[in-house]
Amino acid sequence: MSAATTHPAAGARAGSTSGRLPGAVRLSLVRAGVEVRQFWRERDAVVFVFAYPILMLAIFSTVFGNEDQGTGVTEVGYAQYFLPGMVATGIMLTSFQSLVISIAVERDDGTLRRLRATPLPSTAYFGGKVLLTLATSLVQTAALLAVAALAFDVPMPTDPADWVTFAWVFVLGTATGTICGVGFSSLPRSGRSASAVVTPVVLVLQFISGVFFAFFALPSWMQTVASVFPLKWIAQGMRSVFLPDEMAALETSGSWQLAATAGVLVAWLIVGLVVAVRTFRWRRRDDG
Amino acid sequence: MTSTTRPSPAPPAGAPGRPADRGADHGVDHGREVREHPAERAAVRVRGLAKRYGPKQAVDGLDIDLATGEIVAVLGPNGAGKTTTVEILEGFRARDGGEVRVLGEDPARAGRAWRARIGVVAQDSRDQAELSVAESVRATARYYPAPRDPDEVVAAVGLTAKAGARVRSLSGGQRRRLDVALGVVGGPELLFLDEPTTGFDPQARRTFWDLVLRLRDAGTTILLTTHDLAEAAHLADRVAVVRDGRVVAEGTPETLGGPAARTPVVTWTADGVRHTERTDAPTALAAHLMATAAGPDGEVVDLCIARPSLEDVYLGLVTDGADA
Repeated sequence: MSAATTHPAAGARAGSTSGRLPGAVRLSLVRAGVEVRQFWRERDAVVFVFAYPILMLAIFSTVFGNEDQGTGVTEVGYAQYFLPGMVATGIMLTSFQSLVISIAVERDDGTLRRLRATPLPSTAYFGGKVLLTLATSLVQTAALLAVAALAFDVPMPTDPADWVTFAWVFVLGTATGTICGVGFSSLPRSGRSASAVVTPVVLVLQFISGVFFAFFALPSWMQTVASVFPLKWIAQGMRSVFLPDEMAALETSGSWQLAATAGVLVAWLIVGLVVAVRTFRWRRRDDG
Repeated sequence: MTSTTRPSPAPPAGAPGRPADRGADHGVDHGREVREHPAERAAVRVRGLAKRYGPKQAVDGLDIDLATGEIVAVLGPNGAGKTTTVEILEGFRARDGGEVRVLGEDPARAGRAWRARIGVVAQDSRDQAELSVAESVRATARYYPAPRDPDEVVAAVGLTAKAGARVRSLSGGQRRRLDVALGVVGGPELLFLDEPTTGFDPQARRTFWDLVLRLRDAGTTILLTTHDLAEAAHLADRVAVVRDGRVVAEGTPETLGGPAARTPVVTWTADGVRHTERTDAPTALAAHLMATAAGPDGEVVDLCIARPSLEDVYLGLVTDGADA
């Protein structure tokens, strides 16, 4: 056993096994660096995530450009009415949909298995995902607002209170979408099927939550169904930011219901967290 | 082979005089004697490991030991339970029964500090495609409390020239060497290598073997699973053959299967008839043949003296009495 006692490579190590394990916050930042780099280098995904809400806004605003939406007393241009829904759908895209697909793919391609074999805590893996989601959502929403303001002359809110609402709906919506994405990611059988499984869910939610159509124009049973899910509330919260206060009269309840918005999003956050923690799998569902 | 300096198993107890048909039983018997390593030197100790998938008993009372600093190759046909066993040792899978100690801990309960001491090179990784080689190794190094220098590790696997290249652009062999770099950058005491050279060209395989032996010489204990018998013969200090979820034979590559399995085979042709004889004294037999069976030119026709290779022994072990 002479070989075992010499350890020529041991000198290259900092301090054998006595070194302390790096903390979860620091490792979340390391993971975020990896996630952001990988995300930016997947050009097609970057284009899709950032261009989709902007493209939708452009198409719908152009097609329905002369159909103002309003109460008769207060009318706003279609682009302005449509923008909050696009902000909401963008948040759902970058948080929920992207995470479901990326985690399912990473379960397939060996990323999760490799990380599981290292001392990286799972909290740091999710921390990295949350930071990536926040970064992409911020960039995407900023780009969407810039295009809306500059190309479609949508007036931006001037009241600081509106921006405070925007900030908490944005953060809470992103957090809820992220956590629900982690929970939902265990459902698709493989990375390849993930997008097929999640896309219909996202599409249906978009149609019934007042993203593509004026929510007040939907049948009431559809409004009721949508009220169970977070997207309707994120969109409604964003409408309170970008639409004149008088238009609250068009909401089903006649008000913006900000307290209910916070309540529903927090409830989904908590339920999502419990489900995500209980169902998260490092391996594929069909793998033993 | 460095294996001569390592603890050798006791000679097999069973079956002298049983020629080619070695039963699975005697391997198990002699294996018991090999497994008594002093506790402080045991990197891995497994007793009676069991794992069932539905109706299939994938692992069925498997025992294995790894002493610190040795390379042990686990051989066996597909479905024999190799991968399941390794995944249980890595902490990826729960077991149904048996006793498992890896670096002194139960992998099912071990935490981050334990994972910092193991390295895993799994099969078929396609992850991190968009990172560069250097980025990938550096990020992984930061997960560990006392990592090796990432640039040195990249150099050790011969990827310095590719350090700036995207992982996606690597060839199969380069990708595999990156996997090894990622598996060892944390400075593991125990490294799991799962069929590491599948798809390598002969030269890349040879380079890879040198790398593995250097790791071992640096004190790393290595558990290697492979289908490549030449690889096991070249790298392993000991080999364990797994069949139907248990170890059926264990020993150094030179002694696996016992002396009976290694008895040289002398073949020759006399009067147009092919003769085969197994003997421990092949030289004497050859001399005898020279005197009695040589032609007018003094040559024995088609004379051949061969020792069964590890592959011959292995095939004997895994096909003997097999149901399929």
